[in-house]
Amino acid sequence: MSWLLPLPIVLPLLAAALSILAGRSKTAQRVIGVGTLGALVVVSILLLIEVERAGIVVIEAGDRPDPLGISLVADRFSAVLLLVAEITLFAVLVYAIGEPTTERNHVGFQSAYLILAAGVAASFLTGDLFNLFVAFEMMLTASYVLMTLGGRQEQVRAGMTYIIISLIASTLFVTALALLYSATHTVNMADLAVRLDELPSGVRTAFAVLLLVVFGIKAAIFPLFFWLPDSYPTAPSPITAVFAGLLTKVGVYAIVRTQLLLFTDDSRPATLLLVIAGATMVIGVLGAIAQDDIRRILSFTIVSQIGYMVMGLGFFTVAGIAAVIFSIIHHILVKTSLFLTTGLVERAGGSTKLSRVGGLVRTVPIVATLFLLSALSLAGMPPFSGFISKLALFEAGIDAQHLAIIAVAIVVSFLTLFSMLRIWTGAFWSPAEVAPPPAPVDAKRNGPTLMVLSTTFLVACSLAVALAAGPIYAFSERAAASLLDRDAYIEAVTGP
Amino acid sequence: MTVMLAAAAAVLFGLGTYLLLQRKLSRIIIGLGLLTHGANILLITAGKRGNPPIIGESRPEDLADPLPQALALTAIVITFGVTTLLLALAYRSWLLNGDDEVQDDVADRGIGQSEVVHDEIEDQLQVIAREEHR
Repeated sequence: MSWLLPLPIVLPLLAAALSILAGRSKTAQRVIGVGTLGALVVVSILLLIEVERAGIVVIEAGDRPDPLGISLVADRFSAVLLLVAEITLFAVLVYAIGEPTTERNHVGFQSAYLILAAGVAASFLTGDLFNLFVAFEMMLTASYVLMTLGGRQEQVRAGMTYIIISLIASTLFVTALALLYSATHTVNMADLAVRLDELPSGVRTAFAVLLLVVFGIKAAIFPLFFWLPDSYPTAPSPITAVFAGLLTKVGVYAIVRTQLLLFTDDSRPATLLLVIAGATMVIGVLGAIAQDDIRRILSFTIVSQIGYMVMGLGFFTVAGIAAVIFSIIHHILVKTSLFLTTGLVERAGGSTKLSRVGGLVRTVPIVATLFLLSALSLAGMPPFSGFISKLALFEAGIDAQHLAIIAVAIVVSFLTLFSMLRIWTGAFWSPAEVAPPPAPVDAKRNGPTLMVLSTTFLVACSLAVALAAGPIYAFSERAAASLLDRDAYIEAVTGP
Repeated sequence: MTVMLAAAAAVLFGLGTYLLLQRKLSRIIIGLGLLTHGANILLITAGKRGNPPIIGESRPEDLADPLPQALALTAIVITFGVTTLLLALAYRSWLLNGDDEVQDDVADRGIGQSEVVHDEIEDQLQVIAREEHR
């Protein structure tokens, strides 16, 4: 079944080309886009089943013997993230089709979106550090186009910051690759893991920190997060949603993968990770409290939530990493649905500024309900999935004797609840302070059916994660155990 | 040779970083170009030097390592694409604003200023109150 591995990368790329060719017919483009992403959801389910059976699935491109060939590898961690990512991409595409502006007005939207999907899948599945760079670039280039779709002044300003920061990160990545290659003469991750072990531990720590900086920019950890709240809010709402849900999490995936696979206990910057995690959580949530725009509040809470994931990684225990995997699954779904709901709020209220919208709980009750469910989950209220992910993180931290960071994390989760309640009272509960601009005239009050349906679908998915928390957490534990077992990965890729 | 390449990479990194810190987008883009060239040179130096890597032309142990060159080529193509997009954005920015300076984030400045303005008004009120008292 290893032939399934290239499909999540190849199919969307082909579909992107077809979609451009079919540019004259919006219907054809939509059939291609939705069909491809729907098929990919099925493919990733099959892949997950296969990985659960076989442990690690590997395919060498062109069937060349490793390490010459380019390996695609799926283990439990990458397979489950791939599934969640494809579900999210699918739901957001349906939302974008329902939205009356973004997708309808731009011929290239579907293509760029499909290339983004290919890039995200390639980042999860690649077994080669240079290909990770290429996958990142694929994803980022598509994201540059999507972010500046429309070319409004604000978008151009934010787009520049975003592109320049990403390009600097990519240059650093190339630099890191050059240094790694001159030290080890390989870029295959399994091979790198073996050969890095022969280097002095100081050099390995330097590489670990260099890669942490490279991926830290993409994941938006402190102090490299400043571009995120600045650029994300300016994109059209479905695009912000998919960026918020997926792009930073791909960065977190890369951090987890490289730190766990390439480095051993003596060279991992564990204390540094915990300090960064604490700072990311605190600064992110304080930023969120200061903002007035819903999108900006949510963008800052992304930063804060990334802190939780880095914290779990910093413990370097099975429980900690299992909690990270669970949080990533939870966070992709919840954050995307929050941003999708914000798009609905903008339609209904005419603005996303807390001072300008208000009383939405009476005019758009469905949107209000969807928002409340996701917001409470993000803040970690029981019985939602956010509560389970935080509980797992806290337990792992207490087991690993890192009480100080857990104290910080608990305070931050209260502040997150506060920032979510600010949105709730500001936009939904109380009347607006300033009269809002006139809302777009629309027969359906809660928003176009497709938009509401796809948001509801994602919220339902996150509720399902809470309901099936037992099995999913058990799966996360198995995934964490196999992540910490470097030898199994190396053996699966390079052969015994 | 390696020392010279290393020096070239260092100079490119230095110049690139300096240009990146400017306010004009055109300079930033040139800076990024220099920076990425520095990284590519570093990538080239990572491999073994030698004869052109064509099998049959010379002994296998004399061949140069072709992989870093292939990697550098890929990196160059990617940077080329992104730089083109950036140039298009700079042009767009010039069309919209009349110059290509990187603008401040308005919402950020608003939040920053709202406190400052508030404090300033408070200060002025206090001064007026004091004068009236006198």
